[in-house]
Amino acid sequence: MRKMLGLTTLIAGLVVASTAQADITVGFVTSLSGPGSSIGIPYGRGIQAAMEYKSEVNGEKIKLIQLDDGSDPSAATRNARKLIEEEKVDLLIGTATTPSTIAMMGVATELKVPFIAVSPLSGQPNPADQWAISVPQPASLLVKVVADRMKRDAMKNIGYIGFSDAWGDLVYNGAKAVEAEDGIKVLTNERYARVDTSVTGQILKVLAVRPDAVLIGGSGTQGALPLLALGERGFKGKTYGTVALVNPDFVRVGGKAAEGIQVSAGPVIVAEQLPDSHFAKKLALEFRAAFLKANNVPTTDGFSAYSFDGWRIFTSAAERALKTAKPGTVEFRKALRDEILATKELSGVHAVYNFKPGAYHGVDERALVIVRLNNGAWTYEP
Amino acid sequence: MTADIAAILAIDGIATGAVYALVAIGTVLIFTVTRVIFIPFGDIAAFTALTLAALDARQLPGTVGLVVVLACMATVMEAVSLARAGELRSVPKAVLGYLVLPLIVVGIVWLTMRFNPPMPVRIVLALLLIMPISPLLDRIVFRPIADASVLLLLTVSVALHFALVGLGLLFFGPEGVRTEPLTSMAIEIAGVHVSGQTVLILTAALVFSGLLFAFFDFTLVGKALRATALNRTGARLMGIRPARAGTIAYLLGSLMAGVSGVLIAPVNTIFYDSGFLLGLKAFVGAIIGGMTSYPGAALGAFGVGLLESFASFQSSTLKDVIVFSLLIPVLLWRSLASQHSEEEVEE
Repeated sequence: MRKMLGLTTLIAGLVVASTAQADITVGFVTSLSGPGSSIGIPYGRGIQAAMEYKSEVNGEKIKLIQLDDGSDPSAATRNARKLIEEEKVDLLIGTATTPSTIAMMGVATELKVPFIAVSPLSGQPNPADQWAISVPQPASLLVKVVADRMKRDAMKNIGYIGFSDAWGDLVYNGAKAVEAEDGIKVLTNERYARVDTSVTGQILKVLAVRPDAVLIGGSGTQGALPLLALGERGFKGKTYGTVALVNPDFVRVGGKAAEGIQVSAGPVIVAEQLPDSHFAKKLALEFRAAFLKANNVPTTDGFSAYSFDGWRIFTSAAERALKTAKPGTVEFRKALRDEILATKELSGVHAVYNFKPGAYHGVDERALVIVRLNNGAWTYEP
Repeated sequence: MTADIAAILAIDGIATGAVYALVAIGTVLIFTVTRVIFIPFGDIAAFTALTLAALDARQLPGTVGLVVVLACMATVMEAVSLARAGELRSVPKAVLGYLVLPLIVVGIVWLTMRFNPPMPVRIVLALLLIMPISPLLDRIVFRPIADASVLLLLTVSVALHFALVGLGLLFFGPEGVRTEPLTSMAIEIAGVHVSGQTVLILTAALVFSGLLFAFFDFTLVGKALRATALNRTGARLMGIRPARAGTIAYLLGSLMAGVSGVLIAPVNTIFYDSGFLLGLKAFVGAIIGGMTSYPGAALGAFGVGLLESFASFQSSTLKDVIVFSLLIPVLLWRSLASQHSEEEVEE
């Protein structure tokens, strides 16, 4: 009987406690295990850094609940439901893989909870029923910024070589889209598989058109294969790529052949080298400090910065939403959604964000800088 | 296409072909002796590269775990089957062969790793670690069904490949590796630039094919292997144990696959699942050789390498389509021109 009484008191106490506080609750889902964990773990560290950086809005504390989806879309769906229905979160942030992110977006839209995606989303949302936005730069923008740089460098004829998969298509189509409006011409469309042992044939074909520059549509270590083949054939022109190449193994494998390649990447990659006037400089250094404090390791990636920017978008929208509604209510969720979609000129460490209903992404060319590989280190190339 | 380009493509194709040739010869060797079409052969090559990369990075490679697990499984299976046959006297010998020897190899690697060995030693260690895997797999997977049809053996072999890819992910992780180049020198032949690595690959292919040739023609074990390949029943009647011949074939084959893995690791990034395409292209070469002839398999593999190289120049998107389409006319010609082997007929 006494035990029973104690339990009841405890439950009553909990109920009182949870109604008394009006914290803003945020549900965060990432992939701490499974194949997506190599980027899911940085996302998780990024959110810890963000929590370290700002843990309350207008005096309201923020409560963060983090769950692992194991890189599995059905687990992401379950997590999203659990967070909304049991934890009554005001906002969802997630996750590392695109399929899981889309699954979470479905739940968020159904249950009318604002959702900040840290993976790229494609397509166009219905403005009347849009609850999600996406933080990262879309792939088309990555290529456009590189293409603009080629134009500025007065490159006319471009050779293209990339993966024979969706990523290779994405980069090629991006380059082709720029060709239509600008002066550069993409003359080749050579592809190789990720498991290929040699690209000599493709490189000879690329060199046969005598390009001023070569654009690489590969990623990671295997992105260095065309560069090595180009080096072997004594190619003296410029080489370009995208942020998919920014990886320590790429630098190690590519060695001398990769020197001088220019890629488009988020400014946070080269935070220290940015000019003081750059919007991301001060913030990126603050982000690095917060990251070091929260995780005891320095940041080396661009992914954790997406979580951080997602957090900034949320906190700035929450400041405004708090004026009209109390956290934990349906009205607050709606106000938060409207305020997120009304974000104007908010600078983060990756981009300056401008969201509006009818589009997931809200970044422009300012979200990317060109970095060049010099002596094995990425350097800012204004 | 100018003569220059053709020459460059030819050299590149020959280098790729040489890697395929090593794997193809191993495939033929195992097929003729054990009737198993050993699909996981490419995986063995890829695992060697991954092992070498781990050793380069001063880490204990995942292969160690694989060898220990397989050795324990094989020992238990061998002991149980010996006990069932009432041959308890042979158990210590089985434990020595299936457990102690692989563990000694693992021990050597573990001890040597403490002294940061130079590159040649690391290569030998990687090969040593790889060599026990196929014979152990043979004991665990194929020995219990040794008398089954070739089709069943092939099916099991494909299943084994998928199991190995899964284990590869577990033991080596999802990241690709690339090892330091064995040599950075380059020579010029008639105005065409030839890298040292290409020369090395070609030399290794020739040396190992030559060694294999000498082994079959001049040693008793080699002759026993050939006898088993020709007629298992006849060889058994002459006192040659097909099981032992199989083990030797797997050991030799692993060495070939291991060498090709070491040679390809600096040229290309190897992932845990890179072995399949490598094994498949070598298999096409072996088919061209009719699965029975070593020179035929080697020539076929060089042919595949050359074709791949020229095909990637003509159309990179259709490269693999061209290579694998080649199989159709070859198979047609093979099935029309050659007599069917007597092997499937009940002896």
